[in-house]
Amino acid sequence: MTPSSSIAAPGAVPGHEATDDHGHHPSYLTDGTTVKSWLLTVDHKRIGIMYMAWVLLFFLVGGIFALLIRIELLTPGPTIMDAMTYNRVFTLHGIVMIFLFMIPAIPAIFGNFMLPLMLGAKDVAFPRLNLLSLYVYLAGAGFALWGMLNGGLDTGWTFYTPYSAHTTTSVAPVLFGAFIIGFSSILTGMNFIVTAHTMRAPGITWFKMPLMVWALYATSCIQVLATPVIGLLLLLVTAENLFSLGMFDVARGGDPVLFQHLFWFYSHPAVYIMVLPAFGVMSEVVATFSRKNIFGYRAVAYSSVGIAFVGFFAWGHHMFVSGQSTFNAGVFGVLSMLVGVFTAIKVFNWVGTVYKGAVEFSTPFAYFCGFLFFTVFGGMTGIAVATVSLDVPWHDTYFVVAHFHFIMVGATIMAFLAALHYWFPKMFGKMYHEGWGLVSAALIILGFNATFIPQFLVGNAGMPRRYYEYPERFQALNVASTAGASLLAFGFIIIAIYLTYALVYGERADNPWNSKGYEWLTASPPPTHNFIGPQPTYPEEPHFYVDPNTGKGEVSDV
Amino acid sequence: MSSAHVTPGSVPGPKLAAHFASLEVQKHAARLGMWLFLATEILLFAGLFACYAAYRFLFPEAWAACSRELDLTMGTVNTVVLITSSFTAAMAVHYAKVGKNKMVGHMFVLTLLMAVAFLVIKYFEYKHKFEVGTLPGRYYFYEGIQLPGAPLYFTVYFASTALHGLHVVIGMTVLMFSTVRAYRVGDFSANNYTMVELGSMYWHLVDLVWIFLFPMLYLV
Ligand code: HEM
Ligand SMILES: [Cu+2]
Repeated sequence: MTPSSSIAAPGAVPGHEATDDHGHHPSYLTDGTTVKSWLLTVDHKRIGIMYMAWVLLFFLVGGIFALLIRIELLTPGPTIMDAMTYNRVFTLHGIVMIFLFMIPAIPAIFGNFMLPLMLGAKDVAFPRLNLLSLYVYLAGAGFALWGMLNGGLDTGWTFYTPYSAHTTTSVAPVLFGAFIIGFSSILTGMNFIVTAHTMRAPGITWFKMPLMVWALYATSCIQVLATPVIGLLLLLVTAENLFSLGMFDVARGGDPVLFQHLFWFYSHPAVYIMVLPAFGVMSEVVATFSRKNIFGYRAVAYSSVGIAFVGFFAWGHHMFVSGQSTFNAGVFGVLSMLVGVFTAIKVFNWVGTVYKGAVEFSTPFAYFCGFLFFTVFGGMTGIAVATVSLDVPWHDTYFVVAHFHFIMVGATIMAFLAALHYWFPKMFGKMYHEGWGLVSAALIILGFNATFIPQFLVGNAGMPRRYYEYPERFQALNVASTAGASLLAFGFIIIAIYLTYALVYGERADNPWNSKGYEWLTASPPPTHNFIGPQPTYPEEPHFYVDPNTGKGEVSDV
Repeated sequence: MSSAHVTPGSVPGPKLAAHFASLEVQKHAARLGMWLFLATEILLFAGLFACYAAYRFLFPEAWAACSRELDLTMGTVNTVVLITSSFTAAMAVHYAKVGKNKMVGHMFVLTLLMAVAFLVIKYFEYKHKFEVGTLPGRYYFYEGIQLPGAPLYFTVYFASTALHGLHVVIGMTVLMFSTVRAYRVGDFSANNYTMVELGSMYWHLVDLVWIFLFPMLYLV
C-alpha cells in the first residue's frame, strides 16, 4: 500500500501486497530497495532515517564552523582568518546548528520514527505531508546554504535590525531559507498533534502515552504557535533588506526593539523546541535503565506542557538592556524563573526514578548522567541571567554563550546521543560495541565541560561574545576552551566510526535492553506497517517493570 | 499513503487510507489538521497586527491622517464582496453534504468570480497609490502628508494587504481544485465532502483576516 510495496518484488503475484500477513515480513529497511522507494516513501520510519542522514550532515557542517571559530580564538589577534570572515563563520555556525540541526534533530528523526510506534499506530496522521516536510526542509536548507556560499551573512543568527536591514551580505536568501524551514517545522508539529489526538491504539489513553510522546506533543504546540510569527518577521526583514521598507529601521521611523520583541517571542520558545524533546528522550532512557516505571509520570507529563506554556511569556529576558522598564524586566525575570520550576520538577522525578532502581550503566545511561549535570548547571545559570542585576554585566559576554550552550546544546546533544544509542537496535536491528560507547560518552562529556566552563569564566571576566580579537589576559581560558572542543570533536569521530561499523557488522539485536517501552512491542527493525497481524493491546502503562523481589509492578501515578 | 483500492465499477465514495482505523477518525484528523493550520495562518497575521499596533501607538497623527487617504468606498465594496463570497462557499458545503455536485460547482464558481472582483478592485487601489506616491518606506513621495511615520503606515498597509492578497490567490487555487472535481467527478456526498469543507474553511479564513484588516486600515 506504500509506494515501496507497490514496486513489486520480482515474481510477486499481481495485486498481492508484499506486507500482508504471509509468513515472511520484510522490515521497513528491506521492503523496497530502489532509490525511488526511499525518496518517495511515505513510511514515517524511512522519513526519519532520511532526516537522520541530512541532519547529521548539517551537524558536521556546523561542527566544522565551530572548530574554525575555536581555532581563530586561540590567539588574541588574527589567527587563521580576517574579521569579516570571522563574522560570517560564527553566523553560519549559529544558523546551521539552530535551524538545521537542533530544531529538527530529535523530533524529525526520533519523533518521526518512534511516535507512531509508541501510539500503536501504523503511521502518522498525514504521511504525505510528512514526506513534504522533509523536502521543504531541504529546500530551505538549499536556499540558506546557497546564500552562505554567495557572500555569506554577518548578522549573527539573531538577524538584529537595523544592521540586518543594511548589510550587503546575503541576508535575503538566508532569511528566506529560514522562513521555508519554519514551514517544515510547522508541518511536523501539526502532524504530531493530530496523530496524538486521533491515532492512539485502543488502550492507550492520554495518561498512558509514553513521556516521549508528551514531550513531542508539547514541542509541537510551540512549533505551531510560535513559528508563524517568526515566519512573518523573517519575510519582513527580507523585504526590508531588499527594498528598505523601513519596518524596523530607525532611520525610517521603524523600531528595532519591536523586531527584538517579535524575534524573541519565537526564539525563546524555540529553545524549548530544542530542549523539550530532549527531556522526553531522557524520561524513556531513565525508566528503561533503572528498570522502574517513571516516578511521578503525571508531573513529568504536565511539566512539559507547563514549560511550553510559560515559555511564551519569558521572551523579555533577552531585552533587559534594551530600554525595558524596570517593572517589565522584573516581571519577565520572574516568569523566566517559572520555567526553572517546571524543569526542576522533571529533574526531581528523574532522580526519584533512579533512586532504588536496578541501574544498568550502559551508554545511554551515561549520557543521561551528563544530561542531568548540564541541565541542572545550565538551568541554574539561567536563573542567574534571568536576574536583571546580574544580567546587566553578563549580557552579551561569553557567560551567556556558555549558559545557552550548557543548557541547550549540552542537554540536547546528550539526549540526541542517548536516543541514537538507545534506539539504534530498534531502528537497525543491530548492536554496537558497548565499550566504545562508554569511552566516547566519557570523552564527549569531558570535552563539553572543558569547552564551556572556561567560557563561563572568561565571560564573567568581561570578554564580550562575537569579538574577533581580545586582550592577552583572556588567552589561557580561550586555549582551554579550544582544547576542550578538540576533545569533543574526537569523541564524535569515534562514535561515527563504531556506529558505522555496527551498521554493517553489528550483532543482531532485538530488544537488548529488555525495555518495556511501547515501541519495543514490535520487531526490530519494525515491518513496514509497524505491526504484523492483529494490533497489539496495551493493558499496562509503558515501562511497567515488575520488581523481582516483591513480584509487583509499580504504578506510575503518584 | 495511497488510498485503499477501489474495485472498478463500484460507486466512487470516500476512501479510507490504510493507516486510519475508520472513516470517522480520518475525517476528524483532516479537520483537526485544518484547524491547526488555520491557527498558524492567523498567527502569521497576528505578527503584522502587532507591528500595526506598535506603530499606531508611536505615530498616532500620521496613522489617523494616512488611514483617511485610503479609498473607503473601494474598501467597503471589497468587504461586502468577500463576505458574500464566504457565504457562497458555505453554500457549497451545504450542497456537497446533500450530494448536489453541480450546485457545489456553481457555488464555487460564484465564489471565484467574487475573488477576482476583489483582486480587480485591489488593483485599482494599488494603482492609485503608485500614482500619487503613498508607497512604503523610501518609495514614499506623497506631498499631501508629511508627518513622521507616514511612510511606515504604507509599509504596514502594503505588507498586510499584499500578504492577504497572496492568501486570496492561494484560496482561489484550492477552490478551483474542488470545482473541477465537483463538475468532472461529482463524487461529493453525505459521507464524502471533506475536500469541499476544508476548502471553504480556508476561504472563511481569507474573509476573516480581511474583516480584521478593513477596520484597522480604513476605519480607525
Ligand atoms: C531550559 C532550556 C534553556 C535553553 C535551551 C536556553 C537557551 C538560551 C539561549 C539560546 C540563549 C541565548 C540567546 C542569544 O542571545 O543568542 C539564552 C539566553 C538567556 N537565557 Fe536561557 N535557556 C534555557 C533556560 C533558561 C532559564 C530556565 C532561564 C531563566 C530562569 C534562562 C534565562 C536566560 C536569559 C536571561 C538569557 C539572556 C541572557 C543575555 O542575553 O544577557 N534560560 N538562553
Ligand atoms: Cu530566552
